[in-house]
Amino acid sequence: MIKIENLYKSFGENKVLDGVNLEIEKGETMVIIGRSGCGKSVLLKHIIGLLRPDKGQIFIDGEDITSFANEKLFKLRQRCGMLFQASALFDSMTVEENVGLGLREHRLLPESEIDEKVREKLRLVGLSDVEDVMPAELSGGMKKRVGLARAIAMDPEFVLYDEPTTGLDPIMADAINDLIIDLRNKLSITSIAVTHDIVSASKIADRIAMLYQGKIIFVGTPDEIKSSDNALVHQFITGSAEGPIETIRE
Amino acid sequence: MPPNSHAIKDRNLLRVIGNKTLFFFEEVGAVAMMIKDIFAKLPKVFRSFHLTTEQMLSMGVNSLPLVLITSIFTGAVSSVQAAYQFSDYVPMRYLGTVVGKAVMIELGPVLTALVVAGRVGAGIAAELGTMRVTEQIDALETLAVNPTRYLIVPRFVSGIIMLPILTIFSDFVALLGGLGVAVSFLDVSSNTFLNGVKVFFQLKDLFGGLFKALVFGGIIAIIGCYQGFKTRGGAEGVGRSTTRAVVLSAVLILIFDYIIATIFFG
Repeated sequence: MIKIENLYKSFGENKVLDGVNLEIEKGETMVIIGRSGCGKSVLLKHIIGLLRPDKGQIFIDGEDITSFANEKLFKLRQRCGMLFQASALFDSMTVEENVGLGLREHRLLPESEIDEKVREKLRLVGLSDVEDVMPAELSGGMKKRVGLARAIAMDPEFVLYDEPTTGLDPIMADAINDLIIDLRNKLSITSIAVTHDIVSASKIADRIAMLYQGKIIFVGTPDEIKSSDNALVHQFITGSAEGPIETIRE
Repeated sequence: MPPNSHAIKDRNLLRVIGNKTLFFFEEVGAVAMMIKDIFAKLPKVFRSFHLTTEQMLSMGVNSLPLVLITSIFTGAVSSVQAAYQFSDYVPMRYLGTVVGKAVMIELGPVLTALVVAGRVGAGIAAELGTMRVTEQIDALETLAVNPTRYLIVPRFVSGIIMLPILTIFSDFVALLGGLGVAVSFLDVSSNTFLNGVKVFFQLKDLFGGLFKALVFGGIIAIIGCYQGFKTRGGAEGVGRSTTRAVVLSAVLILIFDYIIATIFFG
């Protein structure tokens, strides 16, 4: 279980997280929605320890990871996987080397078994015969799939998705949604996704949380969020320019 | 002009100086922390040594043509200039002595380091900077791979090994360049030139120069990596980091050249 308590983070004068509280149950898919630039990715990077908060705690299975020293944090990350917004594939390596990097670096498997494991993970995301291709030759959707294969290569307990469908055509976006659902069902992974794509959110989420002005203002199932009478939530999910959320921000 | 506008200007000036000073010490502190981190991870360099050999290839072997051209002309111009300075006052049998010492102590290490800083330092900053802005360094961390061990240490080790080797090559080629000019245009025989090199040769000259090269190699790698890692803001940021890496390496090479010279030869 992941429990976020009173998380604060500012960059200079800009308060990005202003007391975030959120609990994510084991095995569930939690989707955090909110406007672009509202701090969703920042929140995600705190959960995997890429950023440290100004104040507040994050408990993973009861342990406060914000107090972890670097070595312990690296141990924790072996249990996590993350899919980045632009995939962040290592462009100097082939697809096979990208997916197998974690396995090789941590010596989790003998070299002879790594190839097979990589192929298996690539099959799981619907790819084959791309092992020797360089990332620059792949399309956006294929990059996401390779990124996903890399994120799950070390059989993680948690997977974090940063805008998994952004920049993809609607059909490819839906294929990625199916993949995320599929992975949760097959591997019983706890997933946290951040997105502003409300269609994707309602499809993959067990529960949805909305981040607004540095705070979580709503948590509920996709059905609950649709019937919410909170004006901010309603404006966001209907995608309306009219409402309490201002379209021009400072 | 309002009566207190001078006071406001002075205060702004003070603030600018204050901010720049703070920024300077922050940078020095951050580089020092990085060096500490490099040495902590240094024993693990053999864990994935292929990363280091790849860097040695791109830093060292691929720099050979550039160093070859620079060094030939460095040696050649040393011969020409020394002969001009000697005029009729110093016998030409000392030509090899002057060229040899200048090349080994100063020109070989410093000029090699400066051209390598332009080629390799810029390359490191651009590559790591791009990795930073495209979140590849974050991705490495999420795979529980330490970026210092994986990216910085191989470049550092490669720098401190390859720069001395390139410098030995440069010394050799520069001496040939000097010899070529002496024989072809200055009417000095190759025997006379090489005797001149030999007579006053001290091992200290060569090793002093190579020690400089080792330090310069470290500087190029550390500054390149530091600028790459702290890159922010897309393509423009990568360009800025690359420029800074080259300029800062070049300045530091010349400063440390002076410091090491006073220690070894002062």
